[in-house]
Amino acid sequence: MSVLKVSNLSRAFGGIKAVTDVSLNVEEGEIIGLIGPNGAGKTTFFNLLTGIYTPTEGEIEYDLNSKVTSKDFKPHKMTGFGVARTFQNIRLFQNMTVLENVLIGFHNGMNYSVASSFFRLPSFYKEEEETHDKALKLLEKFNLIDKKDAFARNLAYGDQRRLEIARALAANPKLLLLDEPAAGMNPKETAELTELIKWIRKTFDLTIILIEHDMSLVMNICERLFVFDYGHLIASGLPDEIQKNERVIKAYLGEDAN
Amino acid sequence: MKGFNKKSIIAIAALIAAYIIGQVLISNGIIDSYIQLNMIIIGINIILAVSLNLITGFTGQFTLGHAAFMAIGAYVSAIFTAKLGQPFIVAIIAAGIAAAVAGIIIGIPTLRLKGDYLAIATLGFGEIVRILALNIDYIGGAIGFNDIPQYTNWTWLFVITVITVLLISNFIKSYHGRACISIRENEIAAEAMGINTTYYKVLAFAIGAFFAGIAGALYANYFYFIKPDSFGFMKSIDILVIVVFGGMGSITGSIVGAIVLSVISSFLQSIPDLRMVIYAVILFLIMVYKPTGLMGKSEFKIFKKGVKGNVSSKG
Ligand SMILES: Nc1ncnc2c1ncn2[C@@H]1O[C@H](COP(=O)(O)OP(=O)(O)O)[C@@H](O)[C@H]1O
Ligand SMILES: [Mg+2]
Repeated sequence: MSVLKVSNLSRAFGGIKAVTDVSLNVEEGEIIGLIGPNGAGKTTFFNLLTGIYTPTEGEIEYDLNSKVTSKDFKPHKMTGFGVARTFQNIRLFQNMTVLENVLIGFHNGMNYSVASSFFRLPSFYKEEEETHDKALKLLEKFNLIDKKDAFARNLAYGDQRRLEIARALAANPKLLLLDEPAAGMNPKETAELTELIKWIRKTFDLTIILIEHDMSLVMNICERLFVFDYGHLIASGLPDEIQKNERVIKAYLGEDAN
Repeated sequence: MKGFNKKSIIAIAALIAAYIIGQVLISNGIIDSYIQLNMIIIGINIILAVSLNLITGFTGQFTLGHAAFMAIGAYVSAIFTAKLGQPFIVAIIAAGIAAAVAGIIIGIPTLRLKGDYLAIATLGFGEIVRILALNIDYIGGAIGFNDIPQYTNWTWLFVITVITVLLISNFIKSYHGRACISIRENEIAAEAMGINTTYYKVLAFAIGAFFAGIAGALYANYFYFIKPDSFGFMKSIDILVIVVFGGMGSITGSIVGAIVLSVISSFLQSIPDLRMVIYAVILFLIMVYKPTGLMGKSEFKIFKKGVKGNVSSKG
């Protein structure tokens, strides 16, 4: 079953065409790699998928929690639609603790009223307790439990990346978008992250799209790749096919030749 | 996470004791009317600072019009008590609701603005309220509103200050409050995690305005007399200084800040010009040596000397 359908999607910023006429499908449960040189439009594509930008042309359709199209997108509605993400330039809540960061991820799952928060009605205690338990369990799985009371800004870089993924998972998504999750990690951390992503897919029953430059990670876990260059989708297919694809090689070599 | 643990029982006992001691000292005349006046000012300033802190310190929305909400509350309470002969509690609630409604009405269009623009828009709002009050004869116009019954006393002040602090801290420690803080921390990430940032900004604004309105009611019904210029731009700055001084994002900081600065300013009352200069110097020193304010974002850190956890927070 196709969970994401992108049709003729374009987005321009003034004269810059960041994404041009992209069409693709993603099936339930896939791990997709999105690769391409810097400035190819990958992050812009994620921003379109999460309602941060509206398409100049074309349409995005999700069939996750329900059927929705890009006309209905608003950034704050995306977790409700089943889509959660991380950011290329980590966006944690720096002056909140690790635990609080994850608790924010559970926001949509909480229901007690403002009045209940003022007067500490039973629903406050019940839901807070339940959510704290869930958050602590998640942190345990992410090996962050010892740091639960540390401020996010005091975490090591690799921990920050992992916390951002944990926070996204707290929103209980069906589609997880990871923007360069291994950026800035050393080879050991990248290897651990690779295992973590495999484990996440298995445990949480998710579809994952990840933007990544680290080819070891991409080739290791992605079942299918999309290649962007100058805003165009220039290739898609199995990792082996992509490695041999001439346009892809040219796009990368062209960049290296500079 | 229990409703009543040992700590909260001790806290409740301490509060009741503080109230009774205050009441006894007042009835014995040991606390004279001058000290009592300053206690009232401190209480009102705590309410104002804590409510502004919710908007600016916790939710990260920099506003310069908080005194306008106080003005709305003050005039509404004055009308309810002096003109309509309503009981004080009715006037207080009406004052809070009127200010909250004003907060929602101006919050919806202005809270889309960021940073400087929001500051300027709320500054404009404050001036509009002041000028409206100057020109409405029913509430005394430029001459001011006279003969407001003096209902505010130690009991009202104490109870309402405690309730305000309690409710706002409870709110902050809920998922609604966390949502507000996440907006301050990273608005884009907050949205991506499903937080309707517009809703929470307006909510924080409305709650902050509600309590500022109540502070206005306590003020009007203590001083018999109010005039539009009491709630001008400088009053908004006064409140902001308390919040910044105490620490943006610390309730304890706002309480300590309100006490310290109210006491300082009462000592400087005979020289009002110098008062603003000293205020400016204090702000300057805080910004240079402790940009996060007395308490930073933490609560009660002042009592935990030697715990060197997160002192290095510079922004
Ligand atoms: N908000 C924006 N305003 C103007 N140009 C933008 C904006 N966002 C992205 N771009 C441009 O779109 C192009 C693609 O950027 P991006 O999607 O970040 O690439 P990638 O993530 O593949 O490195 C770049 O030329 C970038 O400068
Ligand atoms: Mg990018």
